[in-house]
Amino acid sequence: MNTEVKIAGVTFKNPVMDASGTFGSGIEYSVFTDLNRLGAVVTKGVADHPWPGNPTPRVAETPSGMMNAIGLQNPGIDVFVERDLKFLEDYDTNVIVNVCGHSKEEYLNVVERLADEKRVDMLEINVSCPNVKEGGIAFGTRPEALYDITKAIKEIAKQPVIMKLSPNVTSIADMAKAAEDGGADAISLINTLTAMKIDIYKRKFALANKTGGLSGPAIRPVAVRMVYEASHAVKIPVIGMGGIATAEDAIEFMMAGASAVAVGMYNFHDPTAMIKVIDGIEDFMKKTGVNDIKEIIGCV
Amino acid sequence: MENSMIRDEAEVLTNKEIADGVWRMELKTKLAALAKPGQFVMVGTHSDSHLLMRPISISEFEKDDNILRLVWRTVGYGTNEMAAARPGEVFSLLGPLGNGFPVQDADNKKHILLIGGGIGAPPLLGLMKTLRETHPADEITAVLGYRGKATGLFLTEEFEKYGKLVISSDDGSVGTHGTVIDAIRENGLKADIIYSCGPMPMLSAVKKYAAENGVRAWISLEERMACGVGACLGCVVKTKHEDHHSHVNNARICTEGPVFDAEEVEI
Repeated sequence: MNTEVKIAGVTFKNPVMDASGTFGSGIEYSVFTDLNRLGAVVTKGVADHPWPGNPTPRVAETPSGMMNAIGLQNPGIDVFVERDLKFLEDYDTNVIVNVCGHSKEEYLNVVERLADEKRVDMLEINVSCPNVKEGGIAFGTRPEALYDITKAIKEIAKQPVIMKLSPNVTSIADMAKAAEDGGADAISLINTLTAMKIDIYKRKFALANKTGGLSGPAIRPVAVRMVYEASHAVKIPVIGMGGIATAEDAIEFMMAGASAVAVGMYNFHDPTAMIKVIDGIEDFMKKTGVNDIKEIIGCV
Repeated sequence: MENSMIRDEAEVLTNKEIADGVWRMELKTKLAALAKPGQFVMVGTHSDSHLLMRPISISEFEKDDNILRLVWRTVGYGTNEMAAARPGEVFSLLGPLGNGFPVQDADNKKHILLIGGGIGAPPLLGLMKTLRETHPADEITAVLGYRGKATGLFLTEEFEKYGKLVISSDDGSVGTHGTVIDAIRENGLKADIIYSCGPMPMLSAVKKYAAENGVRAWISLEERMACGVGACLGCVVKTKHEDHHSHVNNARICTEGPVFDAEEVEI
């Protein structure tokens, strides 16, 4: 039985990883989850300098999900390399670094800084965070802007580049195509859906940022549809995410066209969720006679 | 990363409403053996549509018997589900989490003041119990603010076991009519160290009182949380100095806290 998948020349022992922002760099959750078992650790977005993020409250629960507007708080690339990357050196898993920026220059600074970091297997470019005012999603909602930033990053990146797409667009296929045309090695989707929640007794927004990104099982069918549409629009591999809670959910995304999957919000519900997904995929393969996980990718 | 937090399925032993909307639950869990006063646990719900675990402060813990006591006020789905739980029911717990109160800061202090407001009082009970192991009862005073007799006082008998208890109430039905700070003044209480937990306006008043009197105050903060373990950066507080983790003066309440030096946080 083979659970290995290959994305842009990088081999994953299994197709399961965390969705950026829900798992830090694995440091905290390593108490509950053996990181060696994961296909990859995808780190929380890091910029070329420290970002303070948004005011609190930054999170709110919603039906079968949650909203967040953290605002990409991060300690900056120098601390990240010294602390987080160093921590990950001890683990036998792929490391995918999620990169954020306010401007093209800021993205490029991080990509350049990481170019010679051997522990970094791939880069995931966050052009889809709905919670920062400049940059971020501005690059991820217009095909021309996405094409430009992808191209600029690819010119200097030494690791394979995954562009993380926003679902807050009219045509996900057009965005996927723009990333591919810009030279992306893979795409990942979906980031969170822009949402709003109001506390009717306080007559206030639930989040200080007013809007936030919706994630969790509530968004799963939207994500499956978009993964299906995106994977049919491009030839590059797709990493699928959006409300994955169980192995069945992961398999659904792979059948829709994803070569690998990420567990996000559900890590908060159950810190061992990813291990259960990995074990469950193996059970499913045994039960249904699948010898190689690659057989089910895009099989519908 | 310290391996002092665990995940455990904890069985409810007892569950009682001890005041209007305030509940006290006893759980059997090995997590109790790891707990320190002022730490908290994340409690999972049994619902498929309420997926986030709920941060609840630890009121007391019995290390030898693996018993954890939680006291909370019902405010929403999770806390109501906990209130409805019967003995034998099981809750997923993550913990103990956070730093807890620095008990050693009370060493050699003769006037230890514990200031609690409403549902902020419960974690101070575990603290008072722990302090009593190293201090005579007359060195420890708890000042607790309640709404009033109508909604019920809670845990007062327990607090009285370990030291002096002074009460204030919003409606004047019991103790000093007014705030906990009014009660401190009315009773002429002295402090050379303060530990506090309660609503934000009270904590701001405690911070001011401590600054005016040149006393260090350790205050316990709360905030909406998603992970509870320091990964999501959902719960942060602005700090005076740069903390070792965020490097942007935004410390994680769940991990660097929930207890902070009042001088250190902007509240």
